[in-house]
Amino acid sequence: MEDDVKKFLYVNRKAPYGTIYALESLEVVLIGAAFDQDVSLAFLDDGVFQLTKSQDTKEIGVKNFSPTFRALGDYEVTKLYVEKESLDERGLTLDDLQEITWEDEDDDYEEKPSIRIVTRAEMADVMADQDVILSF
Amino acid sequence: MEYEVNGTTIEADEEGYITNLGEWTNDLAGVIATAEEIDMTEEHWAVVNFLREYYEEYQIAPAVRVLIKSIKKSLGKEVGNNKYMYELFPYGPAKQACKIAGLPKPTGCI
Repeated sequence: MEDDVKKFLYVNRKAPYGTIYALESLEVVLIGAAFDQDVSLAFLDDGVFQLTKSQDTKEIGVKNFSPTFRALGDYEVTKLYVEKESLDERGLTLDDLQEITWEDEDDDYEEKPSIRIVTRAEMADVMADQDVILSF
Repeated sequence: MEYEVNGTTIEADEEGYITNLGEWTNDLAGVIATAEEIDMTEEHWAVVNFLREYYEEYQIAPAVRVLIKSIKKSLGKEVGNNKYMYELFPYGPAKQACKIAGLPKPTGCI
């Protein structure tokens, strides 16, 4: 890695719809990905709902942007940290989240999972390790 | 602005991206291409069709870097390289090809 590469963490704490935060965060991530930084995403509190599978927004008249998370691998965003306690508190498990993978070009394009379940304590370490944290 | 296709008027924004993505047809793509001064070849269509499939799956138009990388993977490096893509779409592959494909302007495209 070059010296001018910084570690960016985008922290997502809000449910996907009802406010614009989740969508705005994802758009900033996609735009920021052009700058070749080391980007990670964190999902905690109601933010874990952003990654749930089978989202259907028809009745609320907004676009379902959850499929876009699966494109993150194309943008070299391959680390999606999800806090275990936040899932537990909402009765969710990894099985309730959509499968998000990235292709490792250095490993014969093998598909690898992007979602990493971490405990609250591990999440604190992930945060402590960053240069820049943006909270949504 | 707007486009005329087979007697129907299709609404577009001031830059020429259509307003209602559901109104897209192959004929409309041809009309937009003409407005962009592009002669659609097989390679142009391949890129446009790729973009439509990408949008269908991920609900976004990919950034140009991602587009070229993906085209390289699916259609080979003869098409999937910067130089050739700009020959096909001189005003920017993501920007122009998305317009012809009836997609919104790519995220992060200024």
